[in-house]
Amino acid sequence: MNHSATLIWLAGHELRLGWRDWVSLMTAGRRTRIRTATVALIVFALVMHFIAYTMVFRYANAGVYPDKATLVVVSGTMLLSWSLLLSQAMESVTRAFYTRSDLDLILTSPFSARKVFAVRMVRIAASVTAIAMLLAAPFINVLALFGGIRWFAAYGAVAAMGAVAAAFAVVLTIALFRTIGAKRTRLIAQIVAAVIGAAFVIGLQICAIVSFGTLSRFAPLQSEWLIAHAPEASNALWLPARAVLGDGGALVLVAGISFALLCISILTFAGSFGEHAIAAAGVSNTVVRQARWQGFRRRSPQRVLRRKEWILLLRDPWLMSQTLMQVLYLLPPAIMLWRGFREGIGASVVLVPVLVMAAGQLAGGLAWLSISGEDAPDLVSTAPVTSRRIIAAKIEAVAGAIGLIFAPLILGLGLVAPAAALISAAGVLVATASATLIQLCFRVQARRSHFRRRQTSSRIATFAEAFSSISWAGTAALVAAGTWLAIFPAVIAIAILAGVRAISPRQ
Amino acid sequence: MNEPSRPIALAVRNLSKRFDRPAVDALDLTIYGGEFYSLLGPNGAGKTTTLRMVAGLLRPDSGSILVNGTIDALADPVSAKQVMAWVSDEPMIYEKLTPFEYLEFVAGLWGMDPASAEKRAQELFGWLGLAPHAHERCESFSKGMRQKVALAGALVHDPKLIILDEPLTGLDAGSARQVKNVLRERVRAGGTVIMTTHILEVAERMADRIGVIAGGRLIAEGTLDELRRQTGTTATTLEDTFLTLVAEQAA
Repeated sequence: MNHSATLIWLAGHELRLGWRDWVSLMTAGRRTRIRTATVALIVFALVMHFIAYTMVFRYANAGVYPDKATLVVVSGTMLLSWSLLLSQAMESVTRAFYTRSDLDLILTSPFSARKVFAVRMVRIAASVTAIAMLLAAPFINVLALFGGIRWFAAYGAVAAMGAVAAAFAVVLTIALFRTIGAKRTRLIAQIVAAVIGAAFVIGLQICAIVSFGTLSRFAPLQSEWLIAHAPEASNALWLPARAVLGDGGALVLVAGISFALLCISILTFAGSFGEHAIAAAGVSNTVVRQARWQGFRRRSPQRVLRRKEWILLLRDPWLMSQTLMQVLYLLPPAIMLWRGFREGIGASVVLVPVLVMAAGQLAGGLAWLSISGEDAPDLVSTAPVTSRRIIAAKIEAVAGAIGLIFAPLILGLGLVAPAAALISAAGVLVATASATLIQLCFRVQARRSHFRRRQTSSRIATFAEAFSSISWAGTAALVAAGTWLAIFPAVIAIAILAGVRAISPRQ
Repeated sequence: MNEPSRPIALAVRNLSKRFDRPAVDALDLTIYGGEFYSLLGPNGAGKTTTLRMVAGLLRPDSGSILVNGTIDALADPVSAKQVMAWVSDEPMIYEKLTPFEYLEFVAGLWGMDPASAEKRAQELFGWLGLAPHAHERCESFSKGMRQKVALAGALVHDPKLIILDEPLTGLDAGSARQVKNVLRERVRAGGTVIMTTHILEVAERMADRIGVIAGGRLIAEGTLDELRRQTGTTATTLEDTFLTLVAEQAA
């Protein structure tokens, strides 16, 4: 095989692996679910098109040469989406460094490691771009349907965003490797990826709270101050926004620069990508000694189980970061609470659904770790403790962690709005219990390190967890608003739980 | 060794388990107190399934399991588990805990007195060569070290019946010797050990009695001499005897 044939063969191989990964993700590894997954995807696509219609239909006739206000909103939205793409790309690049599945084979094969990793980087860029285009497709299609085919240019702009995100992700991750070494890069890169993904959304929300007293992230983008201080509409800064709006010239320029950036990053870093992958493969755990001040202590089986769960979580920075990253989203409501306390405004009611939603989501992750992510299942199962007590201890561990995180916020809210605090406390309790019940119904035996893949094991559990949290958040918000309509989301939440119990696999 | 007057540590009667095919088929097994019993068989013979049912990790389709002569393990699993310990070939421990913390966790699960549990833990660390690493997190340990931590966890609550499924897989010679010495010590102290292994030399040297299982059924049982007589050959090693027995069963 000549060199170009080798590269094409490798690209085909990577494409096949990527496709199988995606199918596995959609079907949770069961080929028999392909038909179900296809139907679910079609339904999902239709629902997304409907949602997109309600959101962007009115913008379909925005001009190719729009005013500054439109350019600011489009650019802000693009930046927000791009930060999420960058986060996703960094996650993929880090995974490529540390996943050893075929690394030994690649590095011992007679192919040039540089070429192999160049192809792998292209695969990362392609997968990031594909995901971005899939997510953007309903919006673009709706706009094209009602505003003309010029909107299809947005696909090109999204692809360009994916390419730039992949290029930046490679540069950032390689920079981390060079500055902090292979040992620490895995954790730091994943935290940086999560922070990048959340930072822009949270930053906009904080800005909205501080300036406008609202949680809406679009408020700052529509502010008169920002529009007044933004560059003129003819400025090159707006080229990406113009490309999205269907300006062909802008699209060619933006796409050209983006793909050039990707090519430069691949050509520059493919060699070091290989070197760093080798360094990452050679990383071994350093010996960590724990200080010990006292001997064994008398504790009940339930207490030792609870304590074990908390110690394991506290000692695993990666897991801790993955779990508590959701708490980052509590930062804007916390600032809102602080402002409400200082200024005595009644905005605290807005916090109720945010707290309930966050508690439900966090409890779902913690419950999975505690109930399914048991690294020594045989030990716990052969202990002379009834399974009812074991489960009770694990649920208590989840409740304790949720209490520790949310109690200060609810207490703070209580100082400003006691009724809202009471409703929040009840909502947090119910959302936590619901998420835990869902995890109990769909419990599987897994290693804690598989935390990030937990969503693939049961799509139903993932969606049920999300919709249950949303429903309870809605219930709490409507109760806080003093309307009897709260009964409707509560009934939906209870129906979700009943459905989950009815279809849960036999444990 | 097969003395009816000796206390029975484990009595399995008519035990059956079926997955897509019968894994264990009406198995009868009697193991006496203070005995080292080795369960041998080819891959897929039903050894692990049998031991997992005894340890309470798998519910049998039918049959009975009596532990310590009186405890019905299926009717009262908590009492049965109180006197049993299980070690599998894949050491399942918590990477972020130290051996000291792991054993404290196990002692808490078994409701042990903390002072005696700690004394026992220190003894086990000494015997298994874990003392210098007792306060290091297990995440940096080799497979052999992890297996020794799992074994220490199984022994810290002083079980009367120790069930081991391929405990020596992947251990180096030094670690394997330490594990074997600890198991011998347990048997000398009156404990009962049931162990599956594919290393027939280990079974030959350590076991008081050997059971050979194939197709989910016990096809031969006894001391090495008794097994040799059963084959009717002049086979000199357990390996020859085992292979003859399995070949006869397959035929």
